[in-house]
Amino acid sequence: MKYNIEGLEVEEKDGEMILNMGPHHPSTHGVCRLVLKLEGERAKEIIPVIGYLHRGVEKICENRTYPQIIPITDRMDYLSAMNNNLVYCLAVEELMGIEVPERANYLRIIAAELQRIASHLIFIATFGADFGSWTIMMYGFREREMVLDLLEEMSGARFLYSYMRIGGVKRDVSEKFVEQCKKTLNIIEKRLVDYENYINENEILLDRLQGVAKVSAKEAINLGLTGPNLRASGVAYDIRKVDPYCIYDRFDFDIVTRKEGDVYARVMVRIDEIKESIRIVRQALRELPDGEIRAKVPKVIKPPAGEVYARVESPRGELAVYLISDGKSDKPYRIKFRTPAFANLAAFPHFNKNLLIPDLLLSFASIDIVMGDIDR
Amino acid sequence: MVAELVDYIMSNKILLGISKGVVVGLFIILYASLMVLFLTWVERKVAARIHVRYGPNRTGPYGLLQPLADGAKLIQKEDIIPYAADRLIFTLAPVFAFAFAVLPFAAMPLADGLILADLNVALLYIIALASLSIIPVIMAGWASNNKYSLLGAMRAAALNLSYEIPLVLSIMGVVLVVGSLNVFDIVKYQTEYIFGIIPKWIIILQPLGFFVFFVASIAEMSRIPFDMPESESELIAGFHTEYSGMKFAMLLFAEYIHMVFGSMLAVLLFFGGWHLPGLGYVLSFLENFLSGFAYTVVKWAIQFGVIVAKALAIMFVLMWIRMTLPRARLHSIPTFYWKYLLPLALINLGITAVAVAVVG
Repeated sequence: MKYNIEGLEVEEKDGEMILNMGPHHPSTHGVCRLVLKLEGERAKEIIPVIGYLHRGVEKICENRTYPQIIPITDRMDYLSAMNNNLVYCLAVEELMGIEVPERANYLRIIAAELQRIASHLIFIATFGADFGSWTIMMYGFREREMVLDLLEEMSGARFLYSYMRIGGVKRDVSEKFVEQCKKTLNIIEKRLVDYENYINENEILLDRLQGVAKVSAKEAINLGLTGPNLRASGVAYDIRKVDPYCIYDRFDFDIVTRKEGDVYARVMVRIDEIKESIRIVRQALRELPDGEIRAKVPKVIKPPAGEVYARVESPRGELAVYLISDGKSDKPYRIKFRTPAFANLAAFPHFNKNLLIPDLLLSFASIDIVMGDIDR
Repeated sequence: MVAELVDYIMSNKILLGISKGVVVGLFIILYASLMVLFLTWVERKVAARIHVRYGPNRTGPYGLLQPLADGAKLIQKEDIIPYAADRLIFTLAPVFAFAFAVLPFAAMPLADGLILADLNVALLYIIALASLSIIPVIMAGWASNNKYSLLGAMRAAALNLSYEIPLVLSIMGVVLVVGSLNVFDIVKYQTEYIFGIIPKWIIILQPLGFFVFFVASIAEMSRIPFDMPESESELIAGFHTEYSGMKFAMLLFAEYIHMVFGSMLAVLLFFGGWHLPGLGYVLSFLENFLSGFAYTVVKWAIQFGVIVAKALAIMFVLMWIRMTLPRARLHSIPTFYWKYLLPLALINLGITAVAVAVVG
C-alpha cells in the first residue's frame, strides 16, 4: 500500500506498518509528527513532518517596527526567550552601531545564562518523563521554578520576557535579586549532584542510555548537528567561545564536551552545561558594575541600509538572525531566523535508523527540540 | 418467616453451598473493589510525596473521596467504541479482564477458615487464572484496531512468555517446602516457629525464591520498570488507548486487582498469611469472652486485617519502586528474565529439592 506523506511517497510492504506518531503524542514534545515505517517495533524509516505550529513569524516581522519585533521573538523558542531577544537586539545594534552599556551587557549575560539553566532543567525533566520516571520530571520542574522566579524578578514576566531592548535591557535589578540569585544557584548546584547520581548509579537507566543512537564527531558535523548535541559527539564548538558576543570573552568557563556521542552523552553534556552556566552567572554577579542599563537610542529606530548576521549560543545550539534593512522604513525589509532545533531535527532521521520505538523516542527527546523554534 | 427460611437453607446442603458462595463471592468483589479504590488513592498520595507535591486533597478529608469522584466522572463519560473496532471483542475484553482478575480470590483464604472454594490444588488454579490475564490484554489490543494498542498487546504477549516461567518456578519452591498445593496448608506451615522464636515464614527459608517471585510479579502487574504493555510515553496507553468511560474503569480496576492479588499471594506464600507472632495469645484471650459465632467473626476480622496490612506494606514497596526506577529497555527485559531470573529460579528449586530430600 502506498501513502502520500506531505508529498512524499512511502510504500508499506508486507510485514511493515506505517505508524503516525504525533502530532499529538506525549513524547513528541509539542506538535512534531514522526511518520515511522515499522518492522515489528523497529523503525526502518523516519519522516519528521513539521509545520503544525507555523505562525509565519518572519513574515509578521516584516510588518512590525523594530522594537515591536522583540515580543515576537519570545514566541519562537519559548523555552529560551531571552536568547531569542538577545540575538535580535544584537543584530539591530550591530546594524545601527549602538554601543551597549557595561551593566546592560552583564545583565544580558545573567539573563541568558539563567535561561540556559532553566531550559536544560526542563530538558532533564521531560527526558525523565520519556523514560518513565515521573519523579525526575517533578524534580526538574521544581528547580526550574526557582530559576523562573529569578527571571520574573528581573523582567516582570515568567515565560515570555521581552527583557532585552535595542541598546540595553528593560529593567535594572536590585540587591535583593543578586542575593536571591546566589542562593538559588547554590541550591541548584547541590541538587544537580542528585541528578547525576540518579543517572550514573542506575543500571536500568544506563542500559537504556549508553550506546543508543551514536553519532561520531565527523557525522555530527556533516549532519549539521548543533549545540549540546554537537558537543556530545566531542566537537568543542560553542559560539560563546568561537565568536564571542556581548562580553563572553571576559568570562572564565569551559566548553563541555563528551566523547561518546550517544544519548547518555547528550544528557550529561546538558547537566555539565548547567554547572558552567552557574559559573558564568556567579562571575557576572560578582563583577556587576553600576551604570546605565540602556544606551541612548533614537525614538524611531531606522537602521541604515544594509544587512547583518548575528548569532548566539542558545540552549539548543547556534541561533542566528539575518536581517536586511532598506534604510528607508522603520520596519525590516527581510528577517530570517536560523534556529538550532530545526537543524537538529533535520539531522535526526539520519542517525536513528533501525532503533526500537522506546530507544527512538529517548533519542528524540535527547536532541531537545522545541516545536516553536522549528515552525516559527 | 426469616428464621424459617434460614433453617430451610441450613438444612439443604446444595442451597447452603450456593448461598455461601454468593455471600463470600459478593464479599470478595466488594473487598477487591474497595481495596482498589483505596489503592488508587494511596498510590496517588505516595507518588505525590515522592514527587515533592501534595496529591489529591480537595475531595473529602486528605482527598480520600478522590477515587469516588473519579468513578463518578468515568460513569458520566461517553462510552465510545471506535468505528473500525471489533465491537464484540472490544466490549468483552474489559469484562474478561475484570473476571480473570477477581476469580483467583476464590481460592485464596482471607482468614483462617474463610475461603470460597477450599481446593486442594488451589495454587494450580491461582497460577492458571493469573496466566489467563494476558488474554483480555491481547483481546483489547487487537479489537481496538489501533496501532498503538496492537503494539502494546504484542509487547504484553512477548513479555508474558518471559516472566510466567520464573514466576511459577519460584512458587514451586514453596510447594516443595510445604509439600502441598493447598494455601491453607502453606499458611499453617508458617505458623510454627524456628527455635521457638523466629516465625517460620517461608521468606526465611526461600529468600531467593521470594526475590524471583517478586520481580516476576512486578511484570505480571505490568508496572514500572516492566510496564511495556502500556508505557504511556511511548504507546500513549498501550492496549487501553481506545477505551473510555466504564470500560476503561474496568481495565484499570483489573490492573489494580492484579496488584492486590500479587501482594496477597506474596503475603500468603512468603509472609505467613494471617500469622503474626503474639497474635495467638490475643485470640485465645478473646476466646474467654466471646463465644462461638461472635468469636469466629472477630477472629476472621483480625486475621483479615493482618493480611491486608501486610499486603499494603508490599504494595507500598511496589509504588516506591515505580516512582524510583525508570522503565527498562525493551529488549533487555526478555534477556533479563531468560538469562538471569530463570536460572536463579531453577537453582533455587534445585537447592530446595536437595534440602527437602536431606532434611525432610
